[in-house]
Amino acid sequence: MSAVPIWLIVLVKAVIVLFVVITTFAYSMLAERKVMGWMQLRPGPNRVGPWGLLQPAADAVKMLFKEDLTPDTADPLIYRVAPFISLITAMGTFAIIPFSANADGTLWSVGNVNAGILLVFCMTSIGIYGISLAGWASGSKFPLLGSVRSTAQMISYELAMSMSVIGVLILAGSTALGDIVGAQYRVWFIVPQIVGFVIYLITAIAETNRAPFDLVEAETELVGGFHTEYSGLRFGLFFIAEYLNMITVSCLATLLFLGGWNGPFGMPSFGLLGLLWFVLKAGFFLFFYIWLRSTLPRFRYDRLMAFGWKVLLPVATLNLILTAVAVALWPSHA
Amino acid sequence: MSPYGPVAIYLAVAFLASLGFCLLPGVLARKKPNAVKSEAYECGVEPTSDVSGRFPVRFYLIAMLFVIFDVEAASFYPWAVQMHQLRLFGLAEMLMFVIVLAVGYAYVWKRGGFQWR
Repeated sequence: MSAVPIWLIVLVKAVIVLFVVITTFAYSMLAERKVMGWMQLRPGPNRVGPWGLLQPAADAVKMLFKEDLTPDTADPLIYRVAPFISLITAMGTFAIIPFSANADGTLWSVGNVNAGILLVFCMTSIGIYGISLAGWASGSKFPLLGSVRSTAQMISYELAMSMSVIGVLILAGSTALGDIVGAQYRVWFIVPQIVGFVIYLITAIAETNRAPFDLVEAETELVGGFHTEYSGLRFGLFFIAEYLNMITVSCLATLLFLGGWNGPFGMPSFGLLGLLWFVLKAGFFLFFYIWLRSTLPRFRYDRLMAFGWKVLLPVATLNLILTAVAVALWPSHA
Repeated sequence: MSPYGPVAIYLAVAFLASLGFCLLPGVLARKKPNAVKSEAYECGVEPTSDVSGRFPVRFYLIAMLFVIFDVEAASFYPWAVQMHQLRLFGLAEMLMFVIVLAVGYAYVWKRGGFQWR
């Protein structure tokens, strides 16, 4: 290994991870349309290639060649930078997320920093700028309304989200994602942290602006929300960012609560088997998103905000206090 | 290499990839602009006014509350990872902190700060 410089290995890893993540995005988008189709008793996309498998490629080509419009009222620079911010922060989180580990504990990730989860939350928070700037810079009414709404929604739920994972940090005693998974070797944190898990799940859906919390793009009230004015690939960038964020929160849920690449019941698993477990668990969350979208109607905005501030935040705080009490009184069990 | 080195390399790759995505439409997309296309969208009618009007102050209130409570959430993190060492001392310290916050939280609730009108 000494012949190959470290930076080159990292570069190759980075390119592979990005490629895999973008491909996952393309096929989770197709999977969403297919699964929603089946849930509504229709076939879903089935024209482009066998079972519609080439649909993502067709969509990409269409997006690429579509006219890229900038309204006269827009602030041209910020209007163009906003989707870029959304996309790069959505891509950035995958620098730290480990997908599996070797038997000696080496993580299958690009980087391994001890502030892991903080860095992930940091990136997702910056992603909010993409949405709020996009709405503001469009110089149009619907995007502005959509973006102030979504900013308020996302910061409110981000609060409950960061509170809900503190219980996990108390139990694991670390913010590094690899250590958190290692601490779940015997019992997955979903068992002692079931309350935190439920809150995380709800806030994760609200954070990524997905149904039933997709008030950002409530078509019936706001046309398309913050991306009303965007067309072609620039609209596509927001779309990619949204799905990458979904994949990120699914991976985080897997790492924090479902034992990451550990098999169930303390089954040892690493390497490719670990990767298989990881993909199965994260895939379940992605399916859960689609399931929710085709099941639940959209929330009302005032109820959404009241739910976040009056229910999720206090319950998350209570959960963290109870976890702290348990660890302080019976440290050996935790 | 420092642990943040690989993260920086990855971010550089992600930056280039995003930049590529952002510049592609300029090269490939068709360009046939006209005055109607570049109007701000308002369901087909001509825009009635620009957007520099007023919008509810509620959104600013939420942002201010967020800043207060997010700083609080951030200060929980270093405490949480040390909980196994701090034990009862850490618990007592944290309870004092939460009680102070709870007073503020109750005040905001009572004044209707969380009520969307």
